[in-house]
Amino acid sequence: MPFRLLKYALNREYKEPRFFRDCQTPKKSYDAIIIGGGGHGLAAAYYLAKDHGITNVAVLEKGYIGGGNTGRNTTIVRSNYLTPDGVNFYDASVKLFEGLSEELDINLFYSNRGHFTLAHTESAMRTMRWRAEVNKHVGVKSRVVGTDEISKACPQLDISCSGKAPIQGALYHEPGSIARHDAVAWGYARGADSQGIEIFQNTEVQSIDVRDGKVHGVQTNRGYIATGKVLSAVAGFTPRICKMVDLKTPIVIHPLQACVSEPMKPWLDTILVSGSLHVYVSQSSRGELVMGASLDPYEVHSTRSTFDFVEGLTSHIVDMFPFLSNVKVVRQWAGMADMTPDFAPIMGKTPIEGFYLDAGWGTWGFKATPISGKTMAATMANDKAHDLIHSFRLSRFEDYELTGEKGAASVGH
Amino acid sequence: MKLLKCPINGVRPVSEFIFGGEFREMPDPSKATDAEWAAYVFYRDNAPGIKKEWWFHSPSGTWFIAERNTATDEVLTTYLLGKKQAESTV
Repeated sequence: MPFRLLKYALNREYKEPRFFRDCQTPKKSYDAIIIGGGGHGLAAAYYLAKDHGITNVAVLEKGYIGGGNTGRNTTIVRSNYLTPDGVNFYDASVKLFEGLSEELDINLFYSNRGHFTLAHTESAMRTMRWRAEVNKHVGVKSRVVGTDEISKACPQLDISCSGKAPIQGALYHEPGSIARHDAVAWGYARGADSQGIEIFQNTEVQSIDVRDGKVHGVQTNRGYIATGKVLSAVAGFTPRICKMVDLKTPIVIHPLQACVSEPMKPWLDTILVSGSLHVYVSQSSRGELVMGASLDPYEVHSTRSTFDFVEGLTSHIVDMFPFLSNVKVVRQWAGMADMTPDFAPIMGKTPIEGFYLDAGWGTWGFKATPISGKTMAATMANDKAHDLIHSFRLSRFEDYELTGEKGAASVGH
Repeated sequence: MKLLKCPINGVRPVSEFIFGGEFREMPDPSKATDAEWAAYVFYRDNAPGIKKEWWFHSPSGTWFIAERNTATDEVLTTYLLGKKQAESTV
C-alpha cells in the first residue's frame, strides 16, 4: 500500500476506481427496478444478482446512496425480539452480518459488544423475562441478569440513575453489536455493481405506471423506464411512493432523532438501552457516544431536528452517567421513521402485480438490512413471499393477524 | 418552544398537547364489513400534505381538530369538531 500511496501522491490524476460505476443514462427497460439506494434496496439488488442471477436491474436513488435512514440510525444490530417470527427473522440477519465484512470485502467495523436492555420497573422486568424465554426457545442467546452483572460490564453506570429510576435488572443479549452503517451501503453497492446491476444517483421516481392492476414502468427525471417489477425500499418516503400506485398502508411517519458526543477514549464496551429513560447509547469505533431516544411525538415528514430532543436525551444520559455532564454534543440529526401499528415491518407482495414493498421499518431497519435484502430478492425472483417474511405481509392488517413487536422496541414510543 | 392554539384555552406550548392521529369518518359499526372496518382502523392517507388531525389539550381535557401540513409542520387552523372557524392560528 505505501507504494501505491506514493504513486498517487506524484500523479495529478487519482486513478483509483470508485466503489461503483457512475451510471447516468438508464436503459429503456429492466427486469426489475429498485426505488431507494439505501442499505435495504442495495442489499436486495445484490442478492437478486447473487442468489437468483437477475442482473438486469436498476437501483434508483433520489439523493446519494446511504443518505437516507441507512446513514441516520444508531447502527445497533440485535435479534432479541418478542415474537418467534421476529426473533427468527432478525437472528438470520445477525448471522448474515457476522460474515458480511468478508463477503463484501469491506471492513464494516462489526463489533460485538453485548446488549443490555435495562429494566427500571417490575413490569419491565416481566417483559424482559418474556423476551428472554422466547429468545432461548428459538435458540438466541438472551438472558435476564441482575444489577451485579450490569455493573460488572459497565462500572461507570449509576445503577440508581441519580435516584430517579433505579435499575432492577436487564435483558442481556450476547450477540448485540454495532457496525459502520455507511460501509454496509457502500459494500452492497459495490457488490451489486460488480455483478452488473446499475445504480443511478440523483434519480427521482416521479410516477409509477400501473395499468390493469399491474406495474409497467416508472417515470423518472431521467426519462421513462419500462419494467414489470418494482421494489419500493424508501423508508420514510414510503407513503409518497404508495400514493403513486394508490395503495393505502397503516404507516405513519414520525421523525426519530439521534446525536453523537465529542470523541472520548474507549470506556463504554456494551450497548445500553433504557426503555423507561428513553435512551440507547453505545460508543463508536471513533470514540463518540452514539445516542438516541424515542420518536418525536407527532407526525412530520421531514428530517428537521429539535432542541427538545437533545435537552431531553442528555438529561437522561446524565442520570445514567453523571460524569458526562461536561461532555459536548457535536452533531444531531433526524430520520423519518415509517411506523406501523404492530411495530413489525411491511414486506412482500401487494395487491398491485409487480409492486413489492419493503417498508414499515420504523425504528428497527438497519439491523435487518442483510436479511431484508435476501428475502425481498427471493420474493421478487419467485413472485412469492419468502417464508421468513410471511407474517410481515401487508394483508395482515385486513386479516387481523398483527405481529405484536412493540414490547421489543428499543425504547417506549 | 413550538406553540399550538387550543380553541378553548388559547396559545399553549406544544408539550401540553397530545397528538391523536388523522381524523377519519367512522363507518357504521353495525353495517361495516370486516374489510371496511380494518380499512378504517388501520389504513391512512399517509402521504405528506395538509391533514385534518385530532389533538388533545391535556391539562384541560379538550379534544379538537387541527389542520396541519405534515410536510412543513405548519398549523393552518384549529377548531372544535363541528365548529370550524376561518381564522388561522399559530
